[in-house]
Amino acid sequence: MGDLTGLPDLLRDLAPQVLAAVVRRYGDFEACEDAVQEALLAAARQWPATGVPAQPRNWLITVAGRRRVELLRNETARRRREDAVWHEPAPEVRGDDELVLLLLCCHPALTVPAQVTLTLRAVGGLTTAEIARALLLPEATVGQRISRAKQRIRDTGTKFEMPAPGELAERLGAVRQVLYLIFNEGYTASSGEQLHRVELTREAIRLTRQLHRRLPQDGEVAGLLALMLLTDARRPARTGPNGALIPLAEQDRGRWDAAAIAEGVAILTRTLAQAPIGPFQLQAAIAAVHDEAARPEDTDWQQILILYGLLHTLAPNPMVTLNRIVAVAMVHGPATGLAALDELAGAAELAGAAELAGTDEPAGAQEPAGGQLPAGDPVLARHHRTAAVRAHLLEMAGDLDGAREHYRQAARLTLSRPEQRYLESRAARLR
Amino acid sequence: MKYVILIQSNPQSLAVWETLTDEQRTDFGLGHLRLTEQMREAGVLVASEGLGDPALATQVSVRDGRTITSDGPYAEVKEHLAGFYLIDVTDLDEAVAWAAKAPDAAYTRVEVRPVLDMSAWEI
Repeated sequence: MGDLTGLPDLLRDLAPQVLAAVVRRYGDFEACEDAVQEALLAAARQWPATGVPAQPRNWLITVAGRRRVELLRNETARRRREDAVWHEPAPEVRGDDELVLLLLCCHPALTVPAQVTLTLRAVGGLTTAEIARALLLPEATVGQRISRAKQRIRDTGTKFEMPAPGELAERLGAVRQVLYLIFNEGYTASSGEQLHRVELTREAIRLTRQLHRRLPQDGEVAGLLALMLLTDARRPARTGPNGALIPLAEQDRGRWDAAAIAEGVAILTRTLAQAPIGPFQLQAAIAAVHDEAARPEDTDWQQILILYGLLHTLAPNPMVTLNRIVAVAMVHGPATGLAALDELAGAAELAGAAELAGTDEPAGAQEPAGGQLPAGDPVLARHHRTAAVRAHLLEMAGDLDGAREHYRQAARLTLSRPEQRYLESRAARLR
Repeated sequence: MKYVILIQSNPQSLAVWETLTDEQRTDFGLGHLRLTEQMREAGVLVASEGLGDPALATQVSVRDGRTITSDGPYAEVKEHLAGFYLIDVTDLDEAVAWAAKAPDAAYTRVEVRPVLDMSAWEI
C-alpha cells in the first residue's frame, strides 16, 4: 500500500495531467472534465482501502476514459453506438498540458467568477463541494457555474492546444489575474471568525509555482509567485486570538515565515536581474521591503515611495494612488500626505461624483492590471480606504478629533467585517 | 462579489400595481420566475425569495431568557421588503444588469446593495 498521507495533494497534482491526457484523446472538454472529476472522487474513495496503485496517473486516465463513455452512453443512444468501442488512451503527458488547461479555464469568453471556479476544479482538482465551501456559495450554484462555463468554451469552438504566440501574452495575463484572485480570496478571508475553507492561498501558490516552473522566463509569473510568498509569510501574525485584524505596524514580526520570505526574495532578485519589470514584480518588491524590516521603524519608506511611483506609472489604479500617498506621508510627513489627499479629493469632484462605482474588493488594493483609472477617480471619493488613510494621517498629525471622525466614516463604508471592527476600535482608542 | 437586489413594496409601487391589467400582473409574476431561472442557469444565484405580507410577521424578543412573541409588523411604515435576490457576480455593473431585469425596475425601481464579508486586506 502506498503512502496515503499526501493523497489529496497527489490527486490535485494529477488532476490536470489526467484531464489533459483525456481531453487530448477525445477532444470534448465538457464530458472529459466531468469524467475526470468522477475518477478523482472514485480514487479518493477507493485508494484509502486498496492503496495507491503503482501507476496512479494511468489508473485515473483509464477510469476517467471509461466514465466518459458511460456518461455519454447515458446521454443519447446515438452516442452510445459511437462510443461503445473503448480505446485505451495513450497515457502520455505533454509538457504544456497544464498550461494549455489553465489557458482554457481562463478563456476570455468567461466571466471572472467562472474563470476562477473552473480553474479551481479543472486545474486545481478541487471538488464542487470544496469550491462551494471555499467561495461560500451553494454547491448547486458552483455546479451550474462550471457546466455553464464549459458550454461557453464549447460554443467558442476553442481547441485544446496552445494559443497562437501573438495571443499568448494576453491570455497569460488573464491566467495570472485568476491565480492572483484565488490567492486573495484565501488570504483576505483568512482573518476573522474561523470558517471551514479549503486553503485557497496554498492552492494559488501551488498552481503559480507550477506555472513558474513551466515558464521560468516570464518575469510577471515569477513576480506573482514572489508576491504571494512574501504576502502569505505575514499571515501567522496578521490576526489576533479572537480573529481581530492586526495592522502591519503592530504585527509580531517574529511570527512571520522566514523561509517563505527568503524564497520570495530569492525569486524576486533573480527575476529583477533578467526580466522586464512589471506590476507584479513591483508589488512583490514593495512586500519585500516591508518583510525585510526587523521593526516597523526600520521600514525603508523612501524605497517604497520610489516603487509606488514606478507602479503608478506602469499600472495606475486608485489603490496604488492611495498607497503612494501613505508612502509620501511616511517620508515627507503627514501634512504633505494630507495635501496630496486633498488634491485627490478635488480632482475626484472634477471627475464627477455621479460616476461612483462603489466597488469594494479589497483585492483591488493590489490589483495591477484591472484598474486603468486615472488618479482623482471618483471611486476614491466614496471608498472606505480614502477615509481610513485620511484618518491615519490626521492621527499622525495629532488631529485626534478629525482622525476619529474619519475612522468612523471608513468603518461605515467598508464591506469587510474585520476591517469594520478594526476601524471602530481605532476610533474608540482616540477618545 | 455578492450583492442583494431588494424589491420594496411602497405606496408608489402599490399605485402602479393598481393600474396593471390581469395579464400584466400575470406577466409580472412570471417575470420574477423567469429571472430566478436565468440567474440559476447562469450560475450566479445564491438565494431568492418573495416575502409574505408584513401582516403575517411575528416579532420575537428574548427577556430574562424568555422568548416573547407578538404578531404584526415591526412598525407601521408605508414601505416594506417584498422580496430579494442574492447573487454572486463579478462586479456592480453585472449586478445592475441583473437588477434591470426585475419586472419592478420597469415600473418603479429596485435597490442593489453590496454584502459585507469576512475578507480583509493588510492594513
